[in-house]
Amino acid sequence: MHVPDGFIDLPVSLAALLVAAGILAIAVVKARADLDDRTAPLAGLSAVFIFAAQMVNFPVGAGTSGHLIGAALAAILVGPWAGMLVLTVVLTIQALLFADGGLSALGINVVNLAIVAVLVGWVVFRLGVRFVGTPAGAGVVAGVAGFLSVPAAAMSFVAEYALGGTAPVSLEAVAAAMGGVHLLIGVGEGIITGLVVSAVVASRPDIVVGLRGSRLQPAAATAQVVPA
Amino acid sequence: MKRLVLLGLTMAVVLAGGLSLYASSAPDGLERVAQDHGFAAAGTESAAAGAVLADYTVAGSDAPLSGAMAGLIGVVVTAAVGFGLFRLIRGRQN
Repeated sequence: MHVPDGFIDLPVSLAALLVAAGILAIAVVKARADLDDRTAPLAGLSAVFIFAAQMVNFPVGAGTSGHLIGAALAAILVGPWAGMLVLTVVLTIQALLFADGGLSALGINVVNLAIVAVLVGWVVFRLGVRFVGTPAGAGVVAGVAGFLSVPAAAMSFVAEYALGGTAPVSLEAVAAAMGGVHLLIGVGEGIITGLVVSAVVASRPDIVVGLRGSRLQPAAATAQVVPA
Repeated sequence: MKRLVLLGLTMAVVLAGGLSLYASSAPDGLERVAQDHGFAAAGTESAAAGAVLADYTVAGSDAPLSGAMAGLIGVVVTAAVGFGLFRLIRGRQN
């Protein structure tokens, strides 16, 4: 379940929508540099895979479940800007067609899952990838990136709740609870992200945007994008 | 590239049209925290709640086939929008 309507008041929801729209507009421009005739289909494929994977909730104990976000995965495969757009496509389809996540809350969900989680996943991966030289190593770094992206998104929600939550709660208690359960969910995210990234890196390291400039992507194979 | 795309699409179909039927129905992390900390009731129904595929079922049917169909429709729509959008953004390359 993404954030439904009603949890966050309208002013904060609207602010999130405006912030999201602004960042996504930048993302569209910046993504052009990362998208070529190989990465563009990979971005489309990522959206499809992430949509499908988000339908498969896994238990994390104590009568609670979690599901993949896929933000780190998307960022690593197609770069942070295209990654934001990938997650936004998924979230928008989920909200409009399946009533999964509120409509007025779409900005909130985009900020948490398509921006915060994507950026955290990207930054962590880029920090760690310089230390690895094998697909398995890349998988481990990707796993850590995926793992951390989930509580980051959860904390982004807590911040929004602090600003515009509609029911009075103990913020410390909610922060601790959200952080705790999302660390558990992050383990699942990390495992899936690590497995998928190591598989793609093993077969097609040349198309993985997250590997640019690293040992795993020889310069000659790096996609050369010539702006039209 | 084609092999990777085919493999990925196949996995998506298996996930959305099959494995999703065995997914845990326990409340997810956010829902659980909302219930435990007293703000779950603040949630209101989305304006899209009347959509025919709402809640990943076809017209509210509980049947497994309905869930599978909803998932597969989602996969097709996401593929169309996803592949189309990124092609558009990419524009014409030399």
